[in-house]
Amino acid sequence: MSRQSPIRVVRWSGLSIGSVAVAVALTILLAAGPLFLGANAIDKLTTLFIYVILAVTWNALAGYGGLVSIGQQAFFGLGAYGAVRLADAGVSVYPALVLAAVLVGLIAWPISVFMLRLKAGEFAIGMWVVAALAHLLVNLDNLVRGETGTSLIALNAYAAETRHALTYWTALGAMVGLIGILFALLRSPLGAAIQAIRDNEDAAASVGVRVMRTKQIIFVLAAFGVALAGALWLATTITFQPRTYFSVQWTAYMIFMVLVGGLGTFEGPILGAILFFAIEAWFGATGVWYLVGLGAAALLFALFLPKGLWGWVDQRLGLRLLPVGRWLKIDETAPMGTSKSTESGST
Amino acid sequence: MIWVNQIIQGVLLGGYYALIACGLSFMFSVMGIINIAHGSFAILAAFGLFLLADQWGVSPFLGLIIVVPAMAAIGWALQRAVLERSSRAGILVPILSTFGLSIVIDNLLFEFFGADTRSLAPYIGSFSYDSWSLSDDIEIGQLSALIFATAVILLGGLQLFLSRTELGRAIRATAEDADTVGLIGVNARLVNATAAAIAMATVGLAGAALAMRATFDPYAGAPQLIFAFEAAVIGGAGSLWGTLIGGIVLGVAQNIGAQINPQGFFIAGHGIFLVILFARLFWGGAGAAFLNSLRRSA
Repeated sequence: MSRQSPIRVVRWSGLSIGSVAVAVALTILLAAGPLFLGANAIDKLTTLFIYVILAVTWNALAGYGGLVSIGQQAFFGLGAYGAVRLADAGVSVYPALVLAAVLVGLIAWPISVFMLRLKAGEFAIGMWVVAALAHLLVNLDNLVRGETGTSLIALNAYAAETRHALTYWTALGAMVGLIGILFALLRSPLGAAIQAIRDNEDAAASVGVRVMRTKQIIFVLAAFGVALAGALWLATTITFQPRTYFSVQWTAYMIFMVLVGGLGTFEGPILGAILFFAIEAWFGATGVWYLVGLGAAALLFALFLPKGLWGWVDQRLGLRLLPVGRWLKIDETAPMGTSKSTESGST
Repeated sequence: MIWVNQIIQGVLLGGYYALIACGLSFMFSVMGIINIAHGSFAILAAFGLFLLADQWGVSPFLGLIIVVPAMAAIGWALQRAVLERSSRAGILVPILSTFGLSIVIDNLLFEFFGADTRSLAPYIGSFSYDSWSLSDDIEIGQLSALIFATAVILLGGLQLFLSRTELGRAIRATAEDADTVGLIGVNARLVNATAAAIAMATVGLAGAALAMRATFDPYAGAPQLIFAFEAAVIGGAGSLWGTLIGGIVLGVAQNIGAQINPQGFFIAGHGIFLVILFARLFWGGAGAAFLNSLRRSA
């Protein structure tokens, strides 16, 4: 077939097959982590996994769905609250974390029907209102006791070491699972629709992409992911104080990670989460100035490098480690071909 | 009688919401940008007045002579340094850049002023609690009445300015099509910077109103943004008189909610916003007609 046309569409490169293999090997290595890592390292890595989940799902929403939400803390808080409620009702703790996220995903569907009709900035602040309302309603629950909060006491059934390892594995599984789902989704026909919407919503609609349905799928998946992150955060900190979980700061972190890493790129948010994790470890203790720095970085990246660090790397080197798009290769030996091979990254 | 009082107080509170929503609505209708840092700028203005009163004993009303022009200058700079570049980069970028800016402002205020809750009430004497009694149960605060009147005059003035003056017409024309107005000799950059300066000057007034009638702290910007947004959307985004109606609907709903349940104030506010949004989206025609009839009767 390739003899007829000098142009081939390629979905993998040697480098990207190699990097996926490295990712798989790294996952296996991380899965064995509790066998050789200390308690402190296990806790730190669990936090990193949660950050990656937050960054990847916010990027799915904003970078691919074109939906900038400032209210993702709604799902973060509801995920944790759901886990508290389910554990209180007698569900075993670790299944409760996942079940809570599934329930939040189910709630997100009707919310999406209605919020997705809002455009751009209206959607952004509209989601913030949803988060504020969710926070107030959770405060009404007697189990939570307002801002006093409660704890996931069922976790005390486990010895500290077992608990840390179980939370670590759940977080690792959640992170790898979500990245895997997104990778598969973006490489599927639906992924082509998603990327078409990202590039131009009206044009996508005109060639038959079901814009609303596609955005709903991303919205619900993002809500599920953030809820899972919230439930996992609860498993690491044990205490549930609504004010902490429904804080807009979570969305600020997501925006920082995605903008710095690379909005609308697949690898960027993972890079952003690792950078954020490192920055927090080094500067987190400086408190207010650290937050000023995060805000300023988000502002400057939005203004001067809107595709983030990974977008910059991609533009310079055409580097794709986890390719969700297609390369167009022109065969140089073909009679009508030009003398050089062209690689055009059409993510 | 207690209900009548709640409704009257709600209407007066709505005057404040209309005032804070004015700049947000104006900027959205003229430049198509929702400034996420809107509430943070109102708090910045409030701290400006606080600093003048606390350090140099300048009365907050006199302080407005300094703070309002300063806010206008900030608006001009904001448009030139941030909004212009952001809106060229796409519809989503202004949301991200102004959100980043709001985090910077909030935390810088925290760094300089600390976590203490402040108010300008101590600097305006008895005016913060003086009131006219209508009956045993109903009192109208003089400050609330002044804020309400300011909102009405400001919204009416802006409406007249947009429809009657040369600059107002240039602003409306630029909002319609920034490229085409260039052909007829309007400098779109200048017009947009002016509009941003006007919007931010109204934010200065709103910040003053907030600081006199209530308390504020460095992180109080986010709820102000949400209230402003709710009032603007309830009233129909981009319509200045609608903004007044939106503010009143929000204020009345909150006060009625507070009467029903101690937690009801905020829940009822967010609730009425979502209900009206929902109604408009699904029964758009009828809902819009209802709101238009409200707007006409106002």
